[in-house]
Amino acid sequence: MDEVPMIQLLNPEGERVSNSEYESSLSAAEILGLYRDMAIIRRLCNEATSLQRQGQLALWAPVQGQEAAQIGAGHALLPNDFTFPSYREHGIAWKRGIPPLDWLRLFRGVTMGGWDPLQYRHSNPTIVIGNQALNAVGYAMGIQRDGADEAVMTFFGDGGSSQGDIHEACVFAGVFNAPVVFFIQNNHWAISEPTTRQSRIPLFHRASGYGFPGVRVDGNDVLAVYEVTKRALDNARSGNGPSLIEAFTYRMGAHTTSDDPTRYRLEAELETWRHRDPLERVKSYLVRTHGEPQSTFDEIAADADHMALDLREGLLSLPDPAPLSMFDHVYTEPHPLIEAGRRELIDLGFGGEQ
Amino acid sequence: MTTENLTMAKAINEGLRRAMEKDPKVLLMGEDIGKLGGVFRVTDGLQKDFGELRVVDAPLAESGIVGAAVGLAMRGYRPVCEIQFDGFVYPAFDQIVSQVAKQHARSGGVYKMALVIRIPFEGGIGAIEHHSESPESYFAHTAGLRVYSPTNAYDAYWMIQEAIASDDPVIFCEPKSRYWEKAEVDRETPARPATEAQIRRAGSDVTVVTYGASVKTCLRAAQAAEGEGRQLEVIDLRSISPVDYPTLAASVEKTGRVVVVSEAPPVASVAGDIAATLSEMCFYSLRAPIVRVSGYHVPYPPSRIEEEYLPNVDRILDAVDRVMECES
Ligand SMILES: Cc1ncc(C[n+]2csc(CCOP(=O)(O)OP(=O)(O)O)c2C)c(N)n1
Ligand SMILES: [Mg+2]
Repeated sequence: MDEVPMIQLLNPEGERVSNSEYESSLSAAEILGLYRDMAIIRRLCNEATSLQRQGQLALWAPVQGQEAAQIGAGHALLPNDFTFPSYREHGIAWKRGIPPLDWLRLFRGVTMGGWDPLQYRHSNPTIVIGNQALNAVGYAMGIQRDGADEAVMTFFGDGGSSQGDIHEACVFAGVFNAPVVFFIQNNHWAISEPTTRQSRIPLFHRASGYGFPGVRVDGNDVLAVYEVTKRALDNARSGNGPSLIEAFTYRMGAHTTSDDPTRYRLEAELETWRHRDPLERVKSYLVRTHGEPQSTFDEIAADADHMALDLREGLLSLPDPAPLSMFDHVYTEPHPLIEAGRRELIDLGFGGEQ
Repeated sequence: MTTENLTMAKAINEGLRRAMEKDPKVLLMGEDIGKLGGVFRVTDGLQKDFGELRVVDAPLAESGIVGAAVGLAMRGYRPVCEIQFDGFVYPAFDQIVSQVAKQHARSGGVYKMALVIRIPFEGGIGAIEHHSESPESYFAHTAGLRVYSPTNAYDAYWMIQEAIASDDPVIFCEPKSRYWEKAEVDRETPARPATEAQIRRAGSDVTVVTYGASVKTCLRAAQAAEGEGRQLEVIDLRSISPVDYPTLAASVEKTGRVVVVSEAPPVASVAGDIAATLSEMCFYSLRAPIVRVSGYHVPYPPSRIEEEYLPNVDRILDAVDRVMECES
């Protein structure tokens, strides 16, 4: 499946390559901005991983290796678009303007959500694989009815592509011509199972069965991901219906901090993908083609270090939720069982100051 | 050596192995159960020894796993499905309720749904959402399914084999917070049948009916209660459906007081049904209303406050106080 052609505008060596269908529209300054985004989320993600190792997070799902897929896609979104992530979309959260500390709340075990989804137009993480795609389609059907100039994008993995919910989401999106983009990050693994356990054909081919376009993009090429996603979102916004993007990428880290990938994958595979690193190619390009000095990259690294420190400090000072908060927001209106539970917890001495 | 000190996870692993050795029709299916050995390592090493046709890493689709298991069962196989976590069984709910539970009745007894669905369940491990749920009441509510839950390694070793050998479908709920607890496993002497509840601690004052992870919590409560001069009789259901009411009723006749403890939320729950049934069965022996200790009617909370959600020793002792204070 590696041999299937995919859209690429910047190769792993950092050389621009031409493509008959897509052209890069980004200026050098914008490309540097995307590099910065990627460097920051990689750094923050590493910080989160070490915070988990130090017992400060219950779990962490690293994004390392998938920075270009997420930053490229996230950059193509307009403020009014709406996104439905799974649990690994920290890069999208970053592009939606969600403070990094908010990404970590769920993984620390202090909340189920972490941010106001309507404020950022980015839904809370969905952990049950596949569920969010149907919700995204429904949201898109609402946009259609409102006649709004907005698009929806939903994210899931190669593993997620097997779920019945994903099939149903594609069926709905197809027959209703919903303004939604299905963004698959094929990172080659669903925990310990390779993508070949999910599909005999490249995932983007599935789109044709639902009657809408599918495309494979080099998910480690931020320029290509941006252009491909931008076009797909433009199409959705202008009434041309859904599409599917398969970002061909790789999960460089463990599935989560609970996982031990040495049990199921070979070092050689990682080595291959290390050469396709999404950051290095942009850096080489900027250095070689635009004469960007090393100092620029050092500054970005220093900024990222600062942010990581802030993130750490913010996390360590996060209070635990009040036990009584478990009764909050379960219903909109008074409910006797909520009242009874609340009273019981207060009687047990967990009143606190609510 | 016939007995060995094993964790419950390892005991289930060995029970699965023995079932597979005995019956070539037994096969395992689930996510990440092959090379990885499952996220809890319950199937560790089994794919290596039995091959990929008998230990199947399934595509990431629970309805697929259970629905395909139904077909395999129709063909005479005995599939054992692994659902990775409790909160991920719902995509398969339709297959479980509409096909697994009903095929035998629908086909006039022709189709044997000899399959097992293993679910690591309940909370207490500091996990994120959907990894700490107690879905057993949905299954107990559904006619055609048996629901078993082992609480120690010895039982687990034997009960998984019993579940696999059964021609009825069994939802096998494994209290994940107890996976790493060790017990002596006697490989020669089978445990009592799953359908028999077991008195884990005898006592004359209050009958404490429980299952899953709460068994251990109740035993701790019983120890604490002894200090206050109260003797709790702790009964581990083992089979959540059907419930061994004769054993429960015999205890209630002796104590006259009942507390039912489980992690699941209380509404329309196994615990509620047991309370109602014992009220009917033991009306004249009961000296106090039956009290439940359970989770609350809320989504399972963030892990930092799960301790306040879960039944704990204090809440169980409070319930014991309530039934003891009642003089009738
Ligand atoms: C319905 C459901 N089943 C199982 C799981 C457990 N699980 C969490 S992540 C995962 C693998 C997901 O792989 P993929 O969709 O490729 O996404 P990736 O983790 O690679 O980003 C599994 C099986 C789940 N979260 N939801
Ligand atoms: Mg994946």
